Amino acid sequence: MSDNIITLSDATFDEQVGAAEGAVLVDFWAEWCGPCKVIAPILDEIASEQAGKLTVAKLNIDENLEVTRRFDVMSIPTLILFKDGVPQARLVGAKPKGALLQELAEYL
Amino acid sequence: MPEHRKVVIIGSGPAGLTAGIYTARAQLDPVVLEGEPSSTSDQPGGQLMLTTEVENFPGFPDGVTGPELMGHMRAQALRFGAELKTVKATKVDLSARPFKVWVDGEEPSYLADSLIVATGARSLMLGLPNEDRLLGYGLSTCATCDGFFYRGHEIAVVGGGDSAIEEATFLTRFATKVHLLVRRDQLRASKIMQERALHNDKIEIHWNTKVTALHGEPKLTSITVEDTVTGASSPLEVTGIFVAIGHVPNTSIFEGQLELHDNGYIAMGEGSRTSVEGVFACGDVQDHVYRQAITSAGSGCMAAIDAERWLEGQGA
Repeated sequence: MSDNIITLSDATFDEQVGAAEGAVLVDFWAEWCGPCKVIAPILDEIASEQAGKLTVAKLNIDENLEVTRRFDVMSIPTLILFKDGVPQARLVGAKPKGALLQELAEYL
Repeated sequence: MPEHRKVVIIGSGPAGLTAGIYTARAQLDPVVLEGEPSSTSDQPGGQLMLTTEVENFPGFPDGVTGPELMGHMRAQALRFGAELKTVKATKVDLSARPFKVWVDGEEPSYLADSLIVATGARSLMLGLPNEDRLLGYGLSTCATCDGFFYRGHEIAVVGGGDSAIEEATFLTRFATKVHLLVRRDQLRASKIMQERALHNDKIEIHWNTKVTALHGEPKLTSITVEDTVTGASSPLEVTGIFVAIGHVPNTSIFEGQLELHDNGYIAMGEGSRTSVEGVFACGDVQDHVYRQAITSAGSGCMAAIDAERWLEGQGA
């Protein structure tokens, strides 16, 4: 995992995402999810390439049910883009890098 | 400028990666076009990326998960020098050799002396109007990915084959009840899987049943099912519906270029040969009978050996 990616938990979510300025992309994932593994390297690349513009963060849903429920995640991978702590966009399912960047473009 | 390769492999399920391992070991410097991420089975690693436990792949006495197995195969292909590209082949020209393969853009990305087609098959969807909107909001094609979110819920699985029963059984870990909706009056699944479904108290089988509508906004709240014998419709209150009703081969880019059967699968000649010399096929894209990880891997090996011998014969 890239050094640019932060690992979130129920305990730190409000501080690291809710109170954060700018854009944070949260990846809701789990160890047992195949498509989550497929997009992991893409998120690594996006984290490096967009450093400064976008923070990429991961939340393991197995270990962090409270936040997972709060955002009503019911399929993974789900990516939610937050801007200044407010959810702006939600991408459900694995997608190619180009498609992800396109959907995120207007928020970056 | 397109890259000229001796072997281009399209697809990265067990067939494509096995072909990658063998052609890499044969020093043919293969490139494997893995496909692009998606939440359907048409993705790098193929259908096994969406499965739970694989209990029948020889060499894994305690079972292995689909994503783990594919991770091993990928690592093995890389170890012998196969180049893996996370891109999707969008177009091919098989009219002359070297064959042309497009990945994106106007110009072909690869020229291939030989081509191994391992594009697999993808899950069929129900074909209902609000299906796209509800995907990920109650409608799922991946029990392993989404089962977790249905703890304490009542849900439905559509289909009567092995994968439907595997999903239904897996989902009973989470759901209070799983309605298995079977279109016919019997299961297509293997005996061992049938036993599992019939003896699981949490699974209720609805025979002669098809899904005619999905309801809910933004999330699924219920579905309508129809009894195919009486024609009577009734509502079923479920918050999740998992679809496992069969597969279609990923052959659209080969239409008009390779001989296909009426059902879309590639028509095969001797061994792994297709109707075009120098083009070989393996895995589920040419197999609508066995469709197992192990048969797919075995046919990938056949395609690699056939390609290698054919290239030798060409003096390449």
